[in-house]
Amino acid sequence: MEITVSHYAVLASMLFATGVYGVLTRKNILVVLMCLELMLNSCNLLFVAFSRLHEGAAGHVFVLMAITVAAAEVAVGLAFVVSVYRQRRSLNIDLLRILRG
Amino acid sequence: MSETAVFYIFSALAVFGAAMVVCHRNPVTSAVSLVLTLFSTAALFVLLRAHFVAAVQILVYAGAIMVLFLFTVMFLNIRESELRFDGGNAARRGGLLFLVVAAAGFFASRLFSGYAHAPPKLSDPENFGGAAGTGRALFGDYLLAFELTSVLVVAAMVGVLVIAGGKRT
Repeated sequence: MEITVSHYAVLASMLFATGVYGVLTRKNILVVLMCLELMLNSCNLLFVAFSRLHEGAAGHVFVLMAITVAAAEVAVGLAFVVSVYRQRRSLNIDLLRILRG
Repeated sequence: MSETAVFYIFSALAVFGAAMVVCHRNPVTSAVSLVLTLFSTAALFVLLRAHFVAAVQILVYAGAIMVLFLFTVMFLNIRESELRFDGGNAARRGGLLFLVVAAAGFFASRLFSGYAHAPPKLSDPENFGGAAGTGRALFGDYLLAFELTSVLVVAAMVGVLVIAGGKRT
């Protein structure tokens, strides 16, 4: 059986669903950030698959941009985690309720 | 080894790593599992002839970003007792996750059924996916976007310094 683009799409959707599930159910901020990475990564896979289908470099450029954004997001997110942990000595995401306006 | 076998091996590894990220309580195990997923995705990128993106994925994603994650976990020096709040039954969580993933796979296979054909043969395989082809697109059509990402990175760096650096509270 040949591997088609829809195979990659199904795999990307499964990884994305895993990420969504993790973001919704986990309470550890660090793990929630990792699940966000999982979701971004699954989108990258979809970009590359369709870039291969249409034989264009645009999808690859998009993936490079997404990786840059992910790096920036992780840096800010982890700085936030460190800052919260210093003050509260906990990684519980329920603590972020203090951000509510 | 055929392309089909490689695809199934690495997609199984990717899904397994992703499940471990979600199900395991220890953040270090989660981070290492995430490396497994990112590495498997890089292998799939190679399968899709995106060699340069695969290299960037391993260097930046599986390398730099995950080191940052692990560094933070080690730096915070979290004790096992501080992770109790994130309890829950691992088996129940895994079962629910399986249901969610199966449903997502089912709906995606319906949604993308129009793409159930193999990608066409590349007309110019030398220039597709390598550093030359991707670089030409990056510094040609997408030069402005590429330059703007530097603004984003600087903004993120300043943000990190403001949030975590400076005076101790």
